[in-house]
Amino acid sequence: MPESMVRLRKEYLRHDKKFPHVWCPGCGIGIVLGSLIRAVDKLGLDKDEIVLASGIGCSGRLPVYVDFNTLHTTHGRALTFATGVKLARPELKVITVMGDGDATAIGGNHFIHAARRNLDLTAIIINNQIYGMTGGQFSPTTPYGAKATTASFGHVEHAFNIAELAVTAGAAFVARGTVYHVPQLDRLLEQGIAKTGFSVVEIISNCHVQYGRRNEMGDPVKMMKWMRDSAVAVSSARQKSEKEMQGRFSIGVLADLDKPDYLAEYARIRERAKKEAARREKKQ
Amino acid sequence: MAPEAAVKTRFLQGNEAIVEGALAAGCRFYAGYPITPASEIMELMSERQPALGGTFIQMEDEIASMGAVVGASLAGVKAMTATSGPGFSLMQENLGFACLAEVPCVVVDVMRGGMSTGLPTSPGQGDVMQARWGTHGDHPIIVLAVSSVRDSFAITVQAFNLSEKYRVPVIILSDEVVAHTRESVVLPESSEIVVVDRIAPTVPPDWFKAYEDNSRGVPPMAAFGSGYRHHVTGLVHDVRGFPTEQPKEVADFMARQFRKITNGADEIQMTRRILLDDAEVAVIAYGSVARAAHRAILRAREHGLKAGLLQLITLFPFSKKAVDRVLRQCRAVVVPELNIGQISREVKRVNLTAKVAKLNRVDGQGLTPDQIYEELLKL
Repeated sequence: MPESMVRLRKEYLRHDKKFPHVWCPGCGIGIVLGSLIRAVDKLGLDKDEIVLASGIGCSGRLPVYVDFNTLHTTHGRALTFATGVKLARPELKVITVMGDGDATAIGGNHFIHAARRNLDLTAIIINNQIYGMTGGQFSPTTPYGAKATTASFGHVEHAFNIAELAVTAGAAFVARGTVYHVPQLDRLLEQGIAKTGFSVVEIISNCHVQYGRRNEMGDPVKMMKWMRDSAVAVSSARQKSEKEMQGRFSIGVLADLDKPDYLAEYARIRERAKKEAARREKKQ
Repeated sequence: MAPEAAVKTRFLQGNEAIVEGALAAGCRFYAGYPITPASEIMELMSERQPALGGTFIQMEDEIASMGAVVGASLAGVKAMTATSGPGFSLMQENLGFACLAEVPCVVVDVMRGGMSTGLPTSPGQGDVMQARWGTHGDHPIIVLAVSSVRDSFAITVQAFNLSEKYRVPVIILSDEVVAHTRESVVLPESSEIVVVDRIAPTVPPDWFKAYEDNSRGVPPMAAFGSGYRHHVTGLVHDVRGFPTEQPKEVADFMARQFRKITNGADEIQMTRRILLDDAEVAVIAYGSVARAAHRAILRAREHGLKAGLLQLITLFPFSKKAVDRVLRQCRAVVVPELNIGQISREVKRVNLTAKVAKLNRVDGQGLTPDQIYEELLKL
């Protein structure tokens, strides 16, 4: 094992936590965990300053392994808890990790409103296009025609484009990466975490067990190849027609806006409210 | 008497007094979603919190409000939300998380009439059992009921104190009548108010076990960012906070959840005894109905009937001792409620030495002193 990996493992993983982890062999979530640790390390953040919150599902189990302030919330609600933590202690770096069903089905309302509100949070959404932990039911990102345990005859709904949804909803930073394009993923997470304002990093990942097996990609290598062959850099994707992009997705930074975040806005409210209160006090 | 200048009489409605009580108790975070008849609480919070350096946020729904409240409390700030029946239903999910992860927080439910959208502008007391059992699974919780503007202030302070001390969510049940009745009150000076804060760990961070048992059954609580990195989860967990399915660890965890409340029962179970010492019949009531009941027993006494009132401030854990005493002393009691009989059933479960009569009204109107008086005559 390379020395850098030994150091990161020692520094960031919990040694009193029972390993092995819950994920299936070959699962992409482990790659996300590695990438997240490298991004945090690169940014030189203090472990005490980081709160890592998750929802429910395979992705929900990620925080328990890392030595941050960790919070495993309810299904779809990670962003709501994170909102409370961040507002109560703005000096903390609050990162959430969610799945596609978690963030865009049961938690879809919280997701769009967090983006609109632009509070300084990072939302990592691991999109494996399926409900993995519960046994392979279709999710809001399962492609049209794909098979799932609740779509054995082929899926008749259309998938959300999570990153574009985040852009439309007003997130300050939006990026998409994959667990195949790891060096890029490290950078995207680093950028997302460093950004002040609501940042979204959608990560295309593989659930070869629940999604792949039912859709002719029954092992992680097949799914990695699918990611390699389907990903198009954001800049080239913009040159391509809708038809050319069919069945493919863009990777890279989709939005990076400069706008005041919620805390900056609320600081102004506090100032005004304090002045107003002092004025009233004087009057009395 | 205090010098005149020091006494500040205020003319407040119940909802406003709840805000004043919460702020006096140290609440510095409020998240909520608009709903009748609770909205004045959030409107006033939106004005008051920022001036005090606190935070107000209007969330996208009540699910999110409850989540944000739990998050803020985990970060070390006293937090609350307020709602009415429909919103309270939505809060149950994350309220359960707060119970399991032992996160102090206060939830106000200003009860209105009916199920579902029901009677949004009418009083009701139909959420009593929802307050106790609304979230899934066996869980500890404290439920308090307010009956006046003065109560709305003082009981809200108590709610925060109990929540902090026992690391358990506390529900305050108000109702449309209490919420919107304006009364003149003299709020105590801040120096007169006892404020309890959660206990922080004193061991070095390396020794810290977030859910380790102690004599009180209430582990010290470390705020996120205070150097005590730990894991908080909605899964049943071991003493370190990590998920477990080991039967022994699960059993110990569950036992402690209830032991901590039972240990504090004497302090938690608050009641008000009015003219009970020589009473032959009694009313057991709570919320706005307790005030009508007070008037009813006075009238009964004017007519020679020795009537008393046991006002329940704490609805859960149910004040068995205080009720037992009344049931053993009186030949009959009446339990008037603005529901079809949620607390009367609890009363009957205590013992059957006295006759327990129900008096229920669910037509969106309050119970009047006359109605309760007439019921007393029938006992």
